[in-house]
Amino acid sequence: MTDLTRMTATDLAGLVAAGETSAVEVTRAHLDRIAAVDDRVHAFLHVDTEGALAAARAVDERRAAGEELGPLAGVPVAVKDVLTTKGVPTTVGSKILEGWRPPYDATIVQRLRAAGTVMLGKTNMDEFAMGSSTEYSAYGPTHNPWDTDRIPGGSGGGSAAALAAYEAPLAIGSDTGGSIRQPGAVTGTVGAKPTYGGTSRYGLVAFSSSLDTPGPCARTVLDAALLHQVIGGHDPRDSTSIPQPVPDVVAAARQGATGDLTGVKLGIVKEFTGEGAEPGVMAAFRDAVDTLAKLGAEIVEVSCPHFRYALPAYYLIAPSECSSNLARFDGVRFGLRVGDDGNRSLEEVMSLTREAGFGAEVKRRIMVGTYALSSGYYDAYYGQAQKVRTLITRDFTTAFEQVDALISPTTPFVAFPIGARTADPYQMYLADLFTIPTNLYGGPGISVPCGLSEGLPVGLQVMAPTMADDRMYRVAAALESVVGTFTPPAL
Amino acid sequence: MAAISREEVAHLARLSRLAVTEEELDTFAGQLDVILQSVAQVGEVTAADIPPTSHSVPLTNVLREDVVVPGLTPQEALSGAPDVAEQRFRVPRILDEDVAS
Repeated sequence: MTDLTRMTATDLAGLVAAGETSAVEVTRAHLDRIAAVDDRVHAFLHVDTEGALAAARAVDERRAAGEELGPLAGVPVAVKDVLTTKGVPTTVGSKILEGWRPPYDATIVQRLRAAGTVMLGKTNMDEFAMGSSTEYSAYGPTHNPWDTDRIPGGSGGGSAAALAAYEAPLAIGSDTGGSIRQPGAVTGTVGAKPTYGGTSRYGLVAFSSSLDTPGPCARTVLDAALLHQVIGGHDPRDSTSIPQPVPDVVAAARQGATGDLTGVKLGIVKEFTGEGAEPGVMAAFRDAVDTLAKLGAEIVEVSCPHFRYALPAYYLIAPSECSSNLARFDGVRFGLRVGDDGNRSLEEVMSLTREAGFGAEVKRRIMVGTYALSSGYYDAYYGQAQKVRTLITRDFTTAFEQVDALISPTTPFVAFPIGARTADPYQMYLADLFTIPTNLYGGPGISVPCGLSEGLPVGLQVMAPTMADDRMYRVAAALESVVGTFTPPAL
Repeated sequence: MAAISREEVAHLARLSRLAVTEEELDTFAGQLDVILQSVAQVGEVTAADIPPTSHSVPLTNVLREDVVVPGLTPQEALSGAPDVAEQRFRVPRILDEDVAS
């Protein structure tokens, strides 16, 4: 019998719709796979067995009643633990929210349910999505299915690892500086960061509100596009949600899959010289560029002179916003409270709660942000970073006057060994070197597997103009049509 | 020269409502120094006349129609609270006793 866990979401939905298998069978196959391998991968923080089976039964009943099903009905999905799920534990990888069961669903979760997808559970992540390896989860690291001694990327390492380990065919991530794309790259899966405002932040636990973008993760470009279509679009409950329809990413993925990129102009960023990147990563990237050229794309070099300041600007802006956002964790309305002995003041209880509930990286970022926003340093740090953000945006705008999309490696290095970069926090930050500019600009970016270096996956990043998410899907699908998908060694 | 001293980190921790330990102060002082020296590179950019960007999308006030829609019940809103009394969030003492009395 065919192994249902090895199939694409597109094929699974087709089988369910045709009655050749049931949503319950598909769900059970994935729950069994999780039970068999997740002790070695640790992609999940919570598996919602009963909820998943109930959702699957509902899809099967709707089909039996002759109702029309959506394009992903009956397909299981793993959700990063950064989105609120009604009645299902939501921790954001932090002790400060341990045991919290939100009273409401995030908009994206509502849309997933309405589309008939089956939520398997919540995936592991760096605490509050701050990190690039999932090692900063308060619940222990996730292991890369390609080599369980290595990191699966971060912050959404759980979602990416669940895909690579065949525990789920689809997953949701959130990308503030690369947290969807970088895990996608190092696990050999596809991860897309939509245009900022193209997917709703309602119910997404905030890290850096001007950058946070939830998005789809999958094993194929078409599956990612189908998921993007389901979760995307205007949400009146998010004031930065763009009131326009989602670009037709599904049609673009199908067009790209024909392998024809005639008339598409792609830019290589001159300033991404490969300095600080592994030679194997740069070699795989150059091979991918050759492939794209053979498919008909015109490749040119473009200059984005301010990209080299994206990393420092990001590590001022994101911590500044986080220091403000995380003020809500005060031990009053939800989550942990420590030291309330009847004698201590509110401020003392608050400080003890936050000290006990937050991990070291979250504390560092809160303090860096507090520093950057303090009156004596505001202009030199946060204010200056915001100006640099303007210049990076102008770099993108100028580049997109010359080309349709930009391409680069997704990450400077393949999956590194667990523990290799935790001693020096700034070394961890360098993982996001190529992904951060897009977040500051607000445009979409996708990572698609493009090859291997030393037996580990390398991702190609495609960056497109805001609200031109379809372009990146076309390019990514074209590359995929030649290089194919990547299967890790058996666990 | 260090960008930030141990005393400044202690001050930041207080502002951030983090009751950090002495040991953490030692670690954080060194790490924050590395981070702040690195991010200070933004200062190399000539940007005096450049307007700041706070968001990539234009921010305008978004208002909805003034109609009643279902919200959380008090029980739901309080369901995750560490301490509840009389259908309210119970908080530790806010005022000093001599002020409160």
